Amino acid sequence: MRRFQPNEEGYYGLFGGAYIPEMLFPNIEELRLRYQAIVGDAEFQREFETLLRHYVGRPTPLYQATRLSEVHRATIYLKREDLCHTGAHKVNNTIGQILLARRLGKSKIIAETGAGQHGVATATVCALMGLECTIYMGQLDMERQRPNVERMKILGATVVPATSGNMTLKDATNEAMRHWINHPRDTHYIIGSVVGPHPYPDMVARFQSVISQEIRAQLTEQQGNPFPDYVVACVGGGSNAAGAFYHFLDEPHVHLIGAEAAGHGVESGESAATTALGRPGVLHGSKTLLMQTPDGQVIEPYSISAGLDYPGIGPLHAHLFESGRGQFLNATDEEAMKAGIELARLEGIIPAIETAHALAVLHQLEFSPDDVVVVNLSGRGDKDLETYIRWGRY
Amino acid sequence: MNNRLSQLFGQKKRNVLSIFFTAGFPSVNDTGGIARALEKAGADLIEIGIPFSDPIADGPVIQQSSKQALDQGMNLKLLLEQVKQLRSGVTLPVVLMGYINPILQYGIGNFCRDARAAGVDGVILPDLPLRDFNEHATLFHDNDLSVIMLVTPATSDERIRLIDQTSSGFLYAVSASSTTGARVGFTAEQEDYFRRLAGLGLRNPVLVGFGISNAATFQSACRYGAGAIVGSAFVSMLGNSTNLEDDITTFVKSIRSVS
Repeated sequence: MRRFQPNEEGYYGLFGGAYIPEMLFPNIEELRLRYQAIVGDAEFQREFETLLRHYVGRPTPLYQATRLSEVHRATIYLKREDLCHTGAHKVNNTIGQILLARRLGKSKIIAETGAGQHGVATATVCALMGLECTIYMGQLDMERQRPNVERMKILGATVVPATSGNMTLKDATNEAMRHWINHPRDTHYIIGSVVGPHPYPDMVARFQSVISQEIRAQLTEQQGNPFPDYVVACVGGGSNAAGAFYHFLDEPHVHLIGAEAAGHGVESGESAATTALGRPGVLHGSKTLLMQTPDGQVIEPYSISAGLDYPGIGPLHAHLFESGRGQFLNATDEEAMKAGIELARLEGIIPAIETAHALAVLHQLEFSPDDVVVVNLSGRGDKDLETYIRWGRY
Repeated sequence: MNNRLSQLFGQKKRNVLSIFFTAGFPSVNDTGGIARALEKAGADLIEIGIPFSDPIADGPVIQQSSKQALDQGMNLKLLLEQVKQLRSGVTLPVVLMGYINPILQYGIGNFCRDARAAGVDGVILPDLPLRDFNEHATLFHDNDLSVIMLVTPATSDERIRLIDQTSSGFLYAVSASSTTGARVGFTAEQEDYFRRLAGLGLRNPVLVGFGISNAATFQSACRYGAGAIVGSAFVSMLGNSTNLEDDITTFVKSIRSVS
């Protein structure tokens, strides 16, 4: 039962841990010692559930997508995380972490963001709770996700461009960690994915696990059985996938499929397909699969989707990959964009380009007609309109 | 353990000046020349940074030098060759400082063996957790490599003692909860922390680092421990230097000058 839960030190099999400089030790140790008790507290749970229900809009629908099902010759359900307040699953985690930050007595919040969804979700809960909010975002991402930058500013957050490296998610994370090293006492760092030093991967996975908890209940109601044959989700760091997989981890008959971004192609040199290209390494505080040179320098990833443009994956996913419990496929920019347009035309839903990668890998799977497939529709495409327009083929 | 570090601290109890610079910066083959100039100029200890693509504990100066070094082709294998060569002239203790990932890829066992063969005396690996170090402790010990660990103003007395027990060579006292970078002076709170460290009766000598940039900060840091480490201010100077040897001599003199 504990095979896919981390041990005391935060290891999922070979992956995880807390590779942090001593300057961050007090903060990480405080979290490690306190998060389970805080999150497990009945009052915390009540507050968390109330906000998820009345503020975020949960439970999100599990929608049986009839026309998409016809294309793939299987029964396909879409878990509509795109209908969450702020437009993606990210807010499940930020609600949980802001409640945690308050209980830790922190008055300031920092976060990193790639596509801007986590930044918006963080700025949103900071406005809700009246906490000061600083978001680090790669300068390149600020350009390609302009509407989200403005949303964060409207919500009262300060958006700081990360100008090092490729100026994307990895670099924004570096800057956020440096900020935390320099402001450890009054600041909580809301990491947006199942990455980072222990206990972040576990904490974020737990907050996102509401996704699979609802899927089980909704499948029971709609088809009389809590188990799908497949759960499919895109993986950058892997938070929506972790949430969608969580309550199926110990059900080996449920196939768990992660969809990574192949960019221009796995072998093109411009890709973010970590399981295909990575080796074990340490980045941002945890040991995981990492795209890197033989000398151990992190390789700058590439994807059309800012949210998948990350050279690692969460340690849980590295463990699912190594153990064979999860299967990781990848889709190119082109395949993802086509799948995004396909969903728009078949179901009237424009997905986030991250999410479109999960839809694209459906074409790589062989389903039986009686298979039940749940795709986690992690976010909506409003923020990606400019990218859709530039791509143009619709 | 009886390497150049233990000899240094056996002979010199005060005013130890350790200088940090990034390997392969400003030019990829400058590592040896800088080390030789430092010895000639009167530094006591040399710390060479292994460049890494994602230095989360470093401020802008060391980030920039690391990026430039990597762009010029610097890597760990080359650094170990450079240390081997500089050992033909340099007798000062040499400590390598870096993030753990390049060393993991090299292989910790291979790294310890090759570092010893090259003439390295110790390592500082800020993001290697204590627990993970303990798993590999014998590899470092068997190769006569001191492992120097960091403590900060937020480290509890109990944990400082634990880190002191595990460390060898010296203890690296980070002066503030911060990333690396030059600063102008110390606050009363920082001075309290230095006094607290001095009062703990630690088995390792203590060098203060982060924020030491000139004679004044060097002297105040030296009041409480065995000495101090200058990093960003030196790397900054290297980046602007037109004559490395002369400028290094001037820099070390200025740090040592008594105001």
